[in-house]
Amino acid sequence: MGHPQNKKQTLYDKLWQDHLVKSREDGTALIYIDRHLIHEVTSPQAFEGLRLAGRKPWRTDSVVATPDHNVPSHAEERAGGIEGIVDEVSRIQVKTLNENCEDFGIVEFGINDPGQGIVHVIGPETGATLPGMTVVCGDSHTSTHGALGALAHGIGTSEVEHVMATQCLIQKKMKNMLVRVDGELGPGVTAKDVVLAIIGKIGTAGGTGYAIEFGGSAIRSMSMEGRMTVCNMAIEAGARAGMVAVDDITLEYVKGKPYAPKGEMWELAVANWSRLHSDDGAHFDAVVELNAEDIEPQVSWGTSPEMVVPVSALVPSPADESDATKKAGIERALEYMGLEAGQKITDIQLDRVFIGSCTNSRIEDLRAAAAVAKGHKKAESVKQVLVVPGSQSVKAQAEKEGLDKVFIEAGFEWREPSCSMCLAMNADKLGAGEHCASTSNRNFEGRQGYGGRTHLVSPSMAAAAAIAGHFVDVREMQEVA
Amino acid sequence: MKAFTKHKGVAAPMDRANVDTDLIIPKQFLKSIKRSGFGPNLFDELRYLDEGQPGQDHSKRPLNPDFPLNHPRYQGASVLLARKNFGCGSSREHAPWALDDHGFRAIIAPSFADIFFNNCFKNGLLPIVVAEEVVDQLFAEMYAEEGYALVVDLEEQVVVKPNGETIAFEVDAFRKHCLLHGLDDIGLTLEDADDIRAYEAKRREQAPWLFDAVK
Repeated sequence: MGHPQNKKQTLYDKLWQDHLVKSREDGTALIYIDRHLIHEVTSPQAFEGLRLAGRKPWRTDSVVATPDHNVPSHAEERAGGIEGIVDEVSRIQVKTLNENCEDFGIVEFGINDPGQGIVHVIGPETGATLPGMTVVCGDSHTSTHGALGALAHGIGTSEVEHVMATQCLIQKKMKNMLVRVDGELGPGVTAKDVVLAIIGKIGTAGGTGYAIEFGGSAIRSMSMEGRMTVCNMAIEAGARAGMVAVDDITLEYVKGKPYAPKGEMWELAVANWSRLHSDDGAHFDAVVELNAEDIEPQVSWGTSPEMVVPVSALVPSPADESDATKKAGIERALEYMGLEAGQKITDIQLDRVFIGSCTNSRIEDLRAAAAVAKGHKKAESVKQVLVVPGSQSVKAQAEKEGLDKVFIEAGFEWREPSCSMCLAMNADKLGAGEHCASTSNRNFEGRQGYGGRTHLVSPSMAAAAAIAGHFVDVREMQEVA
Repeated sequence: MKAFTKHKGVAAPMDRANVDTDLIIPKQFLKSIKRSGFGPNLFDELRYLDEGQPGQDHSKRPLNPDFPLNHPRYQGASVLLARKNFGCGSSREHAPWALDDHGFRAIIAPSFADIFFNNCFKNGLLPIVVAEEVVDQLFAEMYAEEGYALVVDLEEQVVVKPNGETIAFEVDAFRKHCLLHGLDDIGLTLEDADDIRAYEAKRREQAPWLFDAVK
């Protein structure tokens, strides 16, 4: 095909090549899928499609299911299992997943199973998702698993059905983008701030059509949890897939996970995974560079993740924007958010705080929030602070470390694993007009509740805001403490 | 899947950039386990003045008089004019299901988010990318003329304006083929079942740990 032998490849090129079943003349390709994660919201119509066409899943052992979006976070409601879910429509959806998994012989970590959790939290933590895999799920935040050095992205429900029936996806190869963050992050600056700063720089469509590899010394020195936070929000920069090369930190994380290979198989796998990085001199269609030292704690002020500024900044003014579409967007966002141009970010008063979601509900996130909350109380003016661990396993670990007590003593609520207020499909919602400091991934209109106003921040910034009642620079708070 | 060949329909505006799929169909309606019935909740938070709930009689809810799709002139519209990065955010296929159920057959915008774009093709809904200036022009003409209708001809890959001018657009050969004939792509992929099995056998040898089941 005119490609030289030994062509230098990016990580994405390698993952693509490894999973290429067939290239077709029309430019599409069949890509083999190793792991298919499913949840209750985007799978029922796919199972129905299989039934109507009389098709069977190609490889049931590649599919792992768990309910996460609709399950209650409140311990009392949760204790009743599926039948205890008060919202009838939610109950039917969770029940339908359960029935479909039974009918088709698919492994499901049910509502109160010790393996249950947000699908993007349980994949890596159990070893169900591994380096070098192709991972899909009917959920855009599937990009999270790319942190392991996997090719992972969200798909629609028709594709869920397609993967179940054929174990493949029809794809066109994406372009390669490298986002390089070099240098050392300052104290109080986290992976969440890095990814928000990236989105602020390239915009919500900046990565459209690309697979993004995150690299540079700041990414290399991040923990796996941090890398997952960064890859999780690749989709908020428009890229379906985000990924990080495999290194010792990856291997250390994966080793010993329940479904990770063991013994000789581990050695074989590690030998294979050692090539999962971009070759020196590999071609990227786009390169974006950020300096870690320049990144401050971030706060989103508007209704799109690209509407984000450092905590020390002011709410932007439409008068400073020359592009007419962007200007209109800023005006609309200010109106929806009830903010004034030029207002200090630290003057935004908060009604609720949410610490959780597939972006920031892992043990490290909870430790960071607890470190800030310890010995403090939530502000009187803040109605509710929800802390929702990402999985049963994260919850158990946090309780072992006493983090739950730190939160409860601070007046925060310690909840059951679920997506919760990230998208308000269970009972956890914002009221109209309420401002929320949230560790989730989307500040879209109505996302966390009808008329709700979301500000995206890191877990430590969220905890600091809960205590102060308004945004504060967590770095100042930690100095005081 | 229903076929798309040639369609003529009144154009309606969704005149803002970065329309996300939460805005197209809010989360409370994703609890349905069906593929149909999402039409009344398309753009729910913009269309109505109250908060909608699943199972409600939506015809009794107060309409937002400022929202263009509620205006008499856009009733029955089937071609949506939109702005940059339409369909960003969540992968929910409920977004194209809602657009389709409401009666839209084609969406014209300067750019779309990847997952949404792909989901449209699976549902007989044609997303058309044209240059931003061309979209600006279409918006201007549509606002100026009530009943402004466009012809979308997939075979010829052109949009025909009321004055007869044509706008060419690109579409992937495979997607075009599937849409024109209303083909089920699972059936097409299964024609390659032998290739999939051969790949699988080879892969099982190279990377056996990938085939260990989660139990």
